[in-house]
Amino acid sequence: MPYTLGVDVGGTFTDIFLVNEDDGRIFTAKVPSTPDDSSIGVLHGIERVCETSGIAPSDIAHVMHGTTVATNTVLTGTGALVGLVTTQGFRQVLQIARSYVPGGLGGWVIYNKSEPMAPLELTVEANERIAADGAVVRELDEAALVEQLEFLRARGIEALTVCLINSFANRTHEDRVRAIAAEVMPDIPVSLSVDVIPEMQEYERAVTTVANSYVRPRVQSYIENLTRELRARMDDVKLHVLRSDGGLASSLSAAEYPVNLLMSGPAGGVAGAVWIAQQAGYRNLLTLDMGGTSTDVALVQNGEAQIRRETTVGDVTVRASSVDVRTVGAGGGSIAHVPELTGALRVGPQSAGAEPGPAAYGKGGEEPTVTDANVVLGYLPSSALLGGDMQLDGAAAAKAVQKVADALGLDLETAAAGIIDIVNENMFGALRLVSIEQGYDPRDFALIAFGGAGPLHANALGRLMGSWPVIIPPGPGVLCASGDATTRVRDEASRTFIRRFSDTTAAEIIEILDGLAETAASALDAENVPRADQSVTFQVDLRYHGQGLQLTVNADTEALRTRGLDSIGDEFDDIHRQLFTFALDVDKEVVNLRAVVQGKATLVNAERLPAGGADAAAAILSTQSVYMDGARHDANIYDRGKLTAGNEIDGPAIVTEMDSTSVILTGYRGVIDDFGNIIINPLTNA
Amino acid sequence: MAAKLIQTNQTPFERKELDPITLDIIENALKNARFEMDAVLFRTAMSPGIREQHDAFPMIANCEGKMVVGQFGSFIHGFTEGYEGTIEDGDVFLTNDPYSCRGAISHANDWLVLMPIFKDGRLIAWASMFGHMTDIGGKVPGSLPTDARQIYEEGIVVPPTKIYRNHELQSDILRIILHNCRLPHWNRSDFNAIIAACRLAAKRCGELADRFGDDEFYSAMDELLERNKRAMAQLIANTIPEQKQYFEDYLCDDGMGMGPYKIACTMWRDGDKVIFDFDGTDPQSVGSINFYLNEEMFKMFAGVFMIMVFDPQIMFNDGFYELMDVRIPQGCLLKPNHPAALSCRTHALGRIFDVLSGLLGQGSPDFLCAAGFSDSPHFMYSGYTRKGEWYQLYQIGFGGVPGRPAGDGPDGHSLWPSFTNVPNEFLECNFPLRIEHYVTLPDTGGPGRHRGGNALRISYGFLEDGEISIHDDRWLTYPWGVNGGLPGTRSKKILVRADGSEELMDSKRDRIKVYAGDVLHFDTWGGGGWGKPYERDPAAVAKDVDRGLVTREGARRYGVVMRDRESFDAAATEKLRAEMAAADVQRDAIFNRGGTIEELKARCLAETGLEPPAPPVFQLRKSA
Repeated sequence: MPYTLGVDVGGTFTDIFLVNEDDGRIFTAKVPSTPDDSSIGVLHGIERVCETSGIAPSDIAHVMHGTTVATNTVLTGTGALVGLVTTQGFRQVLQIARSYVPGGLGGWVIYNKSEPMAPLELTVEANERIAADGAVVRELDEAALVEQLEFLRARGIEALTVCLINSFANRTHEDRVRAIAAEVMPDIPVSLSVDVIPEMQEYERAVTTVANSYVRPRVQSYIENLTRELRARMDDVKLHVLRSDGGLASSLSAAEYPVNLLMSGPAGGVAGAVWIAQQAGYRNLLTLDMGGTSTDVALVQNGEAQIRRETTVGDVTVRASSVDVRTVGAGGGSIAHVPELTGALRVGPQSAGAEPGPAAYGKGGEEPTVTDANVVLGYLPSSALLGGDMQLDGAAAAKAVQKVADALGLDLETAAAGIIDIVNENMFGALRLVSIEQGYDPRDFALIAFGGAGPLHANALGRLMGSWPVIIPPGPGVLCASGDATTRVRDEASRTFIRRFSDTTAAEIIEILDGLAETAASALDAENVPRADQSVTFQVDLRYHGQGLQLTVNADTEALRTRGLDSIGDEFDDIHRQLFTFALDVDKEVVNLRAVVQGKATLVNAERLPAGGADAAAAILSTQSVYMDGARHDANIYDRGKLTAGNEIDGPAIVTEMDSTSVILTGYRGVIDDFGNIIINPLTNA
Repeated sequence: MAAKLIQTNQTPFERKELDPITLDIIENALKNARFEMDAVLFRTAMSPGIREQHDAFPMIANCEGKMVVGQFGSFIHGFTEGYEGTIEDGDVFLTNDPYSCRGAISHANDWLVLMPIFKDGRLIAWASMFGHMTDIGGKVPGSLPTDARQIYEEGIVVPPTKIYRNHELQSDILRIILHNCRLPHWNRSDFNAIIAACRLAAKRCGELADRFGDDEFYSAMDELLERNKRAMAQLIANTIPEQKQYFEDYLCDDGMGMGPYKIACTMWRDGDKVIFDFDGTDPQSVGSINFYLNEEMFKMFAGVFMIMVFDPQIMFNDGFYELMDVRIPQGCLLKPNHPAALSCRTHALGRIFDVLSGLLGQGSPDFLCAAGFSDSPHFMYSGYTRKGEWYQLYQIGFGGVPGRPAGDGPDGHSLWPSFTNVPNEFLECNFPLRIEHYVTLPDTGGPGRHRGGNALRISYGFLEDGEISIHDDRWLTYPWGVNGGLPGTRSKKILVRADGSEELMDSKRDRIKVYAGDVLHFDTWGGGGWGKPYERDPAAVAKDVDRGLVTREGARRYGVVMRDRESFDAAATEKLRAEMAAADVQRDAIFNRGGTIEELKARCLAETGLEPPAPPVFQLRKSA
């Protein structure tokens, strides 16, 4: 009996989600995370779930894992010492970057540039040259290269990156550099730009490949270690790692191209949100994952997350596809302050972090945070109700928020409500970026909220966006693990093929797409996915000739055969009009062709709650005074574990569980669905 | 205003009290809208100047035309003053005539689109954006002739014109304009992109007014301006002395063999007002280096610069304009009489920032920045390929950001907001070019405790015969250092012919013939240094040497004696530094310009290989 296991490593807990592939039954477990070596927590979790379910570890065939190892390596600056080989004349490609100085007019006065991930002193030049059309202008000087590589070896580099000019048009010189490096420094992993991102633009290619080298040794050792431990317990198990774009990479590919894992964690969250919302019957979603220091938001249309061609982590932006997750520095720990000169109320991006944390945590924090404002308003019950560890100090929270109230000349509660309004507005801004700015109307989407603080703010954001219902799933950690477990095995093959419509034919495009589909399919063969379970889709990136952008349209080879290039051209015009209000009557240009092959979805039967009536009184723990819409009200506090399907809760109300608290506002009703989700709608429509 | 505003709804807006939180929400929403404008523009524009280098600037202003979010301050006022006609719902205005909008844009390559935003019959706000067109016709490709004497030589000039009337594109007018440009499809796409960006801003303003109420939206914009004024009033009172501060800087030449030209400014505070007086600036040039400086735009330059130097937390908008008085004599280089040529104004525009830096910093040297890369040097290349296809490139160069109190200046970076370079692979793919070198040059940044950024060298290898233009400056005068820092190196252009012979190029020149196989080394200039170089951390100097940003020999200018590539000799360094400190006669000088103008001219031929420019001959020209 084969099982699939999803595992998510969070800051506090590691969550496990185990699915029986035959009948879709689910088993979950939660164990403490082990930040020093997160694989220990993963293994604990697997042991725990096997114990409680009575399943033998050897029955687990696939382990699917979203990891933040790559992300944390970048954020903490603990990556490898990277050497870089460029074409002669381009040694300073990272030093010059795009010459961009952020901050607007006069921004240069205060801008200090961060150090590149491959130090300039460890960047060497290869005497060689490829032309833009791929012709070899100057052969590679191999003797000189050996000397340069020996210099890098002597300086102790731990990873090597090769990024030569125009290599996307002809890879022979990059390949040759790798071969020579294999002789000079056999133990050093080498990343070629043409493997990591075979696309035009030397800076973006270099920085992306260097980022790959930078995180590679850490990720590689993490994955190898985890694979070894898993194999010792479950012979033949296949480890898959969730990529930033929501696809799954084999452990081998993940270790070789870890730059594709920088958003692995958030991608798992989005995948889990998609899966859970689908149970509840919603396929168009805005996701809101609000943690202690930041909030991630994404847009999902028809069950598919939007993908963008860039990944940003900290100061680093690389050209790697990722689920279009936007992050704002707004979380429970965000600090509110009032600058003296303007007298404006600002919230974040500074955060109290975990240490000292919000004032209410009583760990020495004195600055007013979003969490403190929530405590003042009564949204976070100030005593531990459910046996959780969290003791909240209401007096300390009030003292901190009072500082803002004094600076603004407002009373305590108005100031606290203001802090919440501002932080909501910041998240609203991020949600707009993924929805309205992309041409989507948020009123056509449901809002699903998770993360430690998401359920506190979800109702208010639904109100701002007009996005209904607001869905609050149970157990934020399990959500990510379920996303990992339910992700389909996926691979894609793509090719840059720059041709104007007037210079190519539908037949030529179809032939290339078919070839790409075969390449991607064989990758899934290697993952033991039978052809019968594979499905293929095609994408073409297009633009108007002369434009810098490219927009992805879905291609159908049958439509291409019958309607020709217009079948993709017309759709491009439509999308362009939707995004930018106009279309142009100039020649269109193909940029990239792509085939995506997916395995079939894992069958999962989500656990159902026992049915109950509308009356939720049995779950009431106590009442609490809350400040909402400018006045004090009494609100019931509900124990989420005691709620049953069909229960209705009218706001103002608070629902608590071990690792999160949900707020239902006055004028709104939350209904518990069969799967334990709280589905919030305005009462006027409910 | 001279323009007549037609509103079907005459109800005046009511000033409402707003809570500070609503105000912050509207401010953030407007900021978001401005960034959305950029995003739309860069994605849909076609010319490399806009789509890759971002030479375009958005703005949202209140119904009175005051900028609430944006970069360069409002130019609506200049437009409405100069426009004789009506402003109605559904109108969109286009102009590229600096003389018709009091210098709101300062040369005709910049196309300015203004979109009044109406809601229920009332003007609630303005959206606007201007962008640099690669070509607008005229006597040379790129439309920036260094030898123009009148604006008529610089391409088609469009006075403020309703390009949309009652929501309808006036396609005949657009056709006439495009018919006069060498690359009409670029102008058309860039124009479309600017319109799309402004429409988006209009939509956002409408949504905000819907959400909060029209009166509240109006009041919020007003209050945001007020809030900025209060903050700036305090900043001005704290930082601008009542005693007069004077600073002057120079344009090296005018492209016709004459120079340097002086820009002079005196600054002082009178009560709560700061006055900038450009009396003493040279008269207008007979050539095209004149910079029609809009007083309001200068206020924004000065205000933003003060904010950045003294308190970067302040949000800037037009609110503080009443606190500044800018006086520019009519007929001078910065306010020339029509129809003076204006196309090559970029050098003076950039130099204004060095002037500001010198003016504001000398009263408080702790905040003083050195002279930086105060220019946008242009490289242009055009011709017919062997296949008979026309190609035309306009590219902006970058250089050394100066040493600043905050730290070293970045190497080969932009001083202009949002500008980026053109990827070299993009250049090679789209133009008959091979880039041989793309590096910053060691030792070109001015030594200092904080080093000036290095100059950038781009070596353009030409694959087709054609013509190039070079527009640069600071080849005669130095990017000055401050507080003991040394100047950065000056700019230089060398054309190496296919046969190996070298030709030194003038700093400003059009129609230089190049042939396949020739290579142009386009070297920009380095930023000035900040603070005494012999006080720089020797480990930082050693790191620069290891990185090839400073040479071993160059390290000695910091008093650092290198032992090998990576490490320095501590004892020898200490000794050398002591000698330097003892011999430092300039120790208390604030500015180091590398010599007086007379000294620079005397040494010019020996040092630069070029003859010094002749003193400018001015010509009194009255407007027709």
